[in-house]
Amino acid sequence: MSFEEIKSQAVLQWKAMQQSENARILIGMGTCGRAAGAEDVIAALNQKLAEQHIQAEILQVGCIGLCYAEPLIELVKPGKPSILYGNLTPELVSEIIADYQIADNPRPDLALGTRGEGTLEGIPNLFDLPVLKPQVRISLRNCGNIDPENINHYIANGGYEGLAKALRMKPQEVIDEIKKSGLRGRGGAGFASGIKWQFCHDAPGDIKYVICNADEGDPGAFMDRALLEGDPHAVLEGILIGAYAIGASEGYIYIRAEYPLAIQRLRIAIKQMEEYGLIGDDIMGSGFRFHIKIKEGAGAFVCGEETAMMASIEGRRGMPRSRPPFPAQSGLWGKPTNINNVETWSNVSAILQRGAEWYVSYGTEKSKGTKNFSLAGNVVRTGLIEVPMGISLREIVYEIGGGIPENKRLKAVQTGGPSGGFIPEGLIDLPVDYESLTQAGSIMGSGGMVVIDEDTCMVDITKFFLTFTQAESCGKCIPCRWGTKQMLDILEDISNGRGRPGDIELLQELAESVKDGSLCGLGQTAPNPVLTSIRYFRDEYEEHIVEKRCSAMQCQALISYYILPEKCQGCVICARNCPVQAIKGGKRMVHVIDQDKCINCGICLDVCPPKFSAVVKVSGTKPSDIPEKPVPVVAKS
Amino acid sequence: MANPSLVQGAQALPQEQEGTSEERLNEILSSYEGRVDELIPILQQVQQVFGYLPELAMKKIAKFLKLPESTVFGVGTFYAQFKLVPTGRNVIKVCRGTACHVRGSAQILGEIEKQLGISAGETTPNLENSIETIACFGSCALAPVVVINGKVHGRMTTPKAREILNKEAQ
Repeated sequence: MSFEEIKSQAVLQWKAMQQSENARILIGMGTCGRAAGAEDVIAALNQKLAEQHIQAEILQVGCIGLCYAEPLIELVKPGKPSILYGNLTPELVSEIIADYQIADNPRPDLALGTRGEGTLEGIPNLFDLPVLKPQVRISLRNCGNIDPENINHYIANGGYEGLAKALRMKPQEVIDEIKKSGLRGRGGAGFASGIKWQFCHDAPGDIKYVICNADEGDPGAFMDRALLEGDPHAVLEGILIGAYAIGASEGYIYIRAEYPLAIQRLRIAIKQMEEYGLIGDDIMGSGFRFHIKIKEGAGAFVCGEETAMMASIEGRRGMPRSRPPFPAQSGLWGKPTNINNVETWSNVSAILQRGAEWYVSYGTEKSKGTKNFSLAGNVVRTGLIEVPMGISLREIVYEIGGGIPENKRLKAVQTGGPSGGFIPEGLIDLPVDYESLTQAGSIMGSGGMVVIDEDTCMVDITKFFLTFTQAESCGKCIPCRWGTKQMLDILEDISNGRGRPGDIELLQELAESVKDGSLCGLGQTAPNPVLTSIRYFRDEYEEHIVEKRCSAMQCQALISYYILPEKCQGCVICARNCPVQAIKGGKRMVHVIDQDKCINCGICLDVCPPKFSAVVKVSGTKPSDIPEKPVPVVAKS
Repeated sequence: MANPSLVQGAQALPQEQEGTSEERLNEILSSYEGRVDELIPILQQVQQVFGYLPELAMKKIAKFLKLPESTVFGVGTFYAQFKLVPTGRNVIKVCRGTACHVRGSAQILGEIEKQLGISAGETTPNLENSIETIACFGSCALAPVVVINGKVHGRMTTPKAREILNKEAQ
């Protein structure tokens, strides 16, 4: 069957579904949706439909990005715009089916928004919501719209048109198109993809490889997982285009084993491509030959680095090597190799489908197109977002993210994971592009974006990142292996009240040595959290070192608990629950915490009845009038 | 990244497990060609079947791939996924990623450790429960996240963690 025939069949199938007399129900079944309880919702949904004898087609789709509202369903009734409902429970979904399908009440109180033609009273258009309005969907174009396990859905929405177009072009023309689009690597460093392809294309050799980096190891990042779960073909099509352009006939997808659903969806997708002749010895009858293998990572963050990744694919310990030679000259098994990450590949397929000229209309002068971010941490609307380059952090945090929960103050935005840095509240109007973020001391990174509120201690969170990089250092370069360890020890001291004057300068000196003395990106960037937190939050370090105080009250060794005598009613609950018997008292006696015995676990604070609220948590100060030993409770007048 | 306790575990492998593992191991190896790049997939499959990498299995794999035993051991200890000692019947994974961290995963981990009486990385003596930490599970929007036997539990709180442990891990 030719691609044209495959395509017309796919379009027929898609149209038949759109025009069906039956209702259609899309349910987000990514890992996030499942974690939020989508499986229980789907069971309740099926039961309700069976009970009421309603014919409906249920489609399991990927993540639309509104993770804060998971589990989500989208209900499509013939001739009406579809309605998205969020925060569902099995009970609510039964109600919605009963009300909308049977009584034709769309339940505006539960609906998030509508999609498609037409309006429904009382329900806003989904894309007018502040969470979606600033977003542009290029990489995530199909996520949440199509069944990721049905290749026809992808093809009916323009899928593999880009590959068909590329195969009609000369490889050099494809590379030129990518160059024209200004696409830069979405894995973090932002190297121009077209130039990288050119190097590999020009390198001598018959055997060349392409690799898709799906080893998304940054804690706080899940863009690539969501993309692979929601639209695996968009990535695969990009890989094929790249392979054709550089002249590779074999490729690998290196994906972390922690993403079982994404792996499963990729396997299904590849099988479907084989059936359609979209992968194999003669793709689309063009003579282009390409095969792809999935390699599951075995849990090593450093394997996200390209030379470590290639070592891992070859079956060795994933340790980076020095460059040059660059992978484009000597990569996997010594052959020219081109590595791009998941998001880059999905942009490639979009660029070939719609043209470089369309693509450059998004973004800034030097950073074209869009960028995916996983917005997480202390933000109201967490989720997967895709925004045009150049958007301000303020728009992301306050419009898309809806601000900080409980009206707390924003302290910083962390981008780039353990390789990135903290951007303080004062720089909230910073445009999101490669250059601006680097200038601020952070990096674009692969797209983790963690919002940090006033309750987070900068020393503690820096320690958190360094704990991670220290453990993940492969150990090859001594500055990285020992420097990260020394920095972590100093941070431990500071957060445990053992900080000394000069520690900050020592940290900075170590950070610079680790940056200079490490071979790969892990060591070169591991000091970024330390450097940016000192640059923007030096006062917090000084407060820990000089005053032995943690104003965010996160560093356990620097906080103490006290029982306020005017509030304690002598109920003995705290004394009974204290794991180390540090609380003295008795019935109707004001309780007193023995500070020498106390381990700062905070259980007394948790168990003190809210009507008394007698336990307080402080750092660096002591409330006045705390008795030395238990005294009788003063009767309330 | 070699951890001394793991090395001891490999030496202390119970004999009877080695005997029963042999046939299953041969079965696994027979589906591979013997190329060096198959090492990690083989170790992954062996671990999936046995729950960890028994010492005898690693020796056999070395012979099969014509690699020094030290290389197989080196790879087996490099990657966080591989265990050289058996894990519990229930595996409780606590995500310690950034998003989970700022939303209190340290407290969740502490609660689970307290409930089961073991620390992260340990297994209860009856081989029922193991606690592991994960760098990031990629479900950051639902932080904090705990994964019990492959099932993801999001938006965790300490009371919720206690409840789920009682239900799934006792």
